[in-house]
Amino acid sequence: MTLWRSALLALTLVLGSASAHAARSDLVLGVVLEPPHLDPTAGAAAAIDEIVYANVFEGLTRIGANGEVLPALAESWDISDDGRVYTFKLHGKVLFHDGTTFDGEDVKFSLDRARDAKSVNAQKVLFEGIENVEIVDPLTVRITLKQPDGDFLYNMGWGDAVIVAPETAATNKERPVGTGPFKFGNWAKGSQITLLRNTAYWGSQPALEKATFRIIPDPAAATAALLAGDVQAFPVFPSYETVPQFQTDPRFKVVIGTTEGETVLGMNNAKPPFDALKVRQAIAHAIDRKALIDGTMFGFGTPIGSFFPPHHAAYTDLTAKSAYDPELAKKLLAEAGHPQGFKTTLKLPPPVYARRGGEIIAAQLAAIGIEAQIVPLEWAQWLDQVFKGKDYDLTIVSHTEPNDLNIFARDDYYFNYNNPAFKELIKTIAATSDQAQRAELYREAQTVLADDMPAAFLFQLPKTGIWDAGVEGLWENGPIQANDLTNVRWTD
Amino acid sequence: MNGWRKSPARFKIGLLIMLVVGLTALCSFVWTPYPPTAIDIASKLQPPSMRHWMGTDHFGRDILSMVMVGSRTSIAVAIAAVAIGIGIGVPIGLLAAERRGLIDDALMRLNDLIFAFPALISAIMITAVFGPGALNAIIAIGIFNIPVFARATRGAALSIWPREYILAARSTGKSDRRITFDHVFPNVSHLLMVQATIQFSLGILAEASLAYVGLGTQPPMPSWGRMLFDAQTMIGVAPHMAIFPGLAIVATVLGLNLFGDGLRDMLDPRASSR
Repeated sequence: MTLWRSALLALTLVLGSASAHAARSDLVLGVVLEPPHLDPTAGAAAAIDEIVYANVFEGLTRIGANGEVLPALAESWDISDDGRVYTFKLHGKVLFHDGTTFDGEDVKFSLDRARDAKSVNAQKVLFEGIENVEIVDPLTVRITLKQPDGDFLYNMGWGDAVIVAPETAATNKERPVGTGPFKFGNWAKGSQITLLRNTAYWGSQPALEKATFRIIPDPAAATAALLAGDVQAFPVFPSYETVPQFQTDPRFKVVIGTTEGETVLGMNNAKPPFDALKVRQAIAHAIDRKALIDGTMFGFGTPIGSFFPPHHAAYTDLTAKSAYDPELAKKLLAEAGHPQGFKTTLKLPPPVYARRGGEIIAAQLAAIGIEAQIVPLEWAQWLDQVFKGKDYDLTIVSHTEPNDLNIFARDDYYFNYNNPAFKELIKTIAATSDQAQRAELYREAQTVLADDMPAAFLFQLPKTGIWDAGVEGLWENGPIQANDLTNVRWTD
Repeated sequence: MNGWRKSPARFKIGLLIMLVVGLTALCSFVWTPYPPTAIDIASKLQPPSMRHWMGTDHFGRDILSMVMVGSRTSIAVAIAAVAIGIGIGVPIGLLAAERRGLIDDALMRLNDLIFAFPALISAIMITAVFGPGALNAIIAIGIFNIPVFARATRGAALSIWPREYILAARSTGKSDRRITFDHVFPNVSHLLMVQATIQFSLGILAEASLAYVGLGTQPPMPSWGRMLFDAQTMIGVAPHMAIFPGLAIVATVLGLNLFGDGLRDMLDPRASSR
């Protein structure tokens, strides 16, 4: 009897420890903003993609962890010699979450819908180059472009270009139906969104059975939720000052990566005195990026000398061209005809990088004689006055869209920057498909901006990821606004 | 100085605190330990020490210097706001009490209208519309002092009008306007002083609240409310950033309230026998 009893005890222990060691398969992630809805083809909000991109919805291609273009619903593609015709071979046996089959019809429907005149797609420009979409056979689609476009495969990887089914396209806002490894579970408004593993997924099954995105806008609450274990991962943690607290805590992994957010001191290039190159150079040389990043971001952020993300293969470090040198700045200012400096305004949107950064930059500009009056604005006011109205002298903002070097080539953009040579360069880049050649052109374009200084380039916004030490597979960098859960798993 | 010995303890304490705050504010015009706006990132978030008595903030600025200059902002905004309230509210109250009838009704209903809005919310609305800044904060807070003074003045004046000495004055042929200036106003002014200290402390709090939500005094000018705002996300790392401006607000408001209470007790003997 005692033998039986001890055997039973041993068995219980073994079973007990085994179940304790079975990896967890659920994860609660914290996000700052609640999405307005869940249809990435009908809204610009990054909060939508942060939940559904690569998890619920997939496109022909997708963007990987390092910003590279990867195959997704298209397993391969051919590009015609003139660069205008893309033939995509689609994966077979792909089902939407509602059980309907995915094929070329859905691709044609999705792309035609996005580029339709009545389309509500927030990034219609991605589809502007498409001349027509033809279904060759159920698993082959041929897309003809108006002209060669080196960005086309990248563009098809945006969250706005995901493939939706005609049956469910209208209801995706509330009940998203895609082809991804997770299907929509539940949305408790104001609180959380739950995704469940899609057991019928065409690719390899994700390790997580259930993923919950909890919406926590308050930085103090975010800290508390992580410390209490209510949330096990915060891919973009909102409070830089509390990050060191987690770095010394062995229960957590702190991963500081980069994002696509180039933070700049925007200058109104059409308005004197900022139309003078020497004034712009003086301002750029007056800024101590190290002090700025330490004071604003608590040291998290990569200094940039042009408008390009440091994690990109074609990145080149040009910070030396606008190195901190107040003496040189004063000299340039005097040469431009402002030996005593001048008065100006600095309009700041709400994010902490702008409000705190603005105070530091105003102090640094004051050191060379430029008296910048700080004007804090709400987002709506900022968009109205600065972004649309171009009624400003200086402003600070982070440009978080991927692949957005071309904003300096736009005619009607808030920088009021007009450089025909740069515009030509951007056109050439757009028409070039060869990757090595593109990288070379990108470097050239970065140098043009670093020399011409249409804005003072400050730092790349960091991606301050904090998660439980037992979690792996979350992205280090943020090349696109997404929380890809495909490879996320618990290790213990 | 017989009055000083007889004055209640809270009056003395309140006066003492007010003097300290006032002198600090005056002192900040000529001297602060460090320039209050000097950013020195390398020495950020230092705890209180001999070099920095109240520590440094997230930009490495000396908190003592900022608290000193901040007192100036708070006091200036509160004084100006009270002045607006007295300057417009008291004449309205006196006029309403003097004329009664339709004018009284009209002025008091207008007062009720302003009173009906929660003061701080409306102040936020005003500064949001006209833009943030110290001047607009003064106007926003001042507007809500008007009905307070108008109502207090009218109430007190109404109790003066039936007095016999007013009747006597009337019999000498003085006009109502003259009587208001010569007899009514002097007899309600002590009450207004008490009201002014209360509104002054509320003004300090309102200025701090507006600065806290980003609508008051703008950087780089230090302000207690914004110092608290800056401190809130760093409370775990640098609690001194919140403690000192918080203490400054508490001490000033406490001082004013004690002073006002004491003043009322002295001027109105009935209230002291509680």
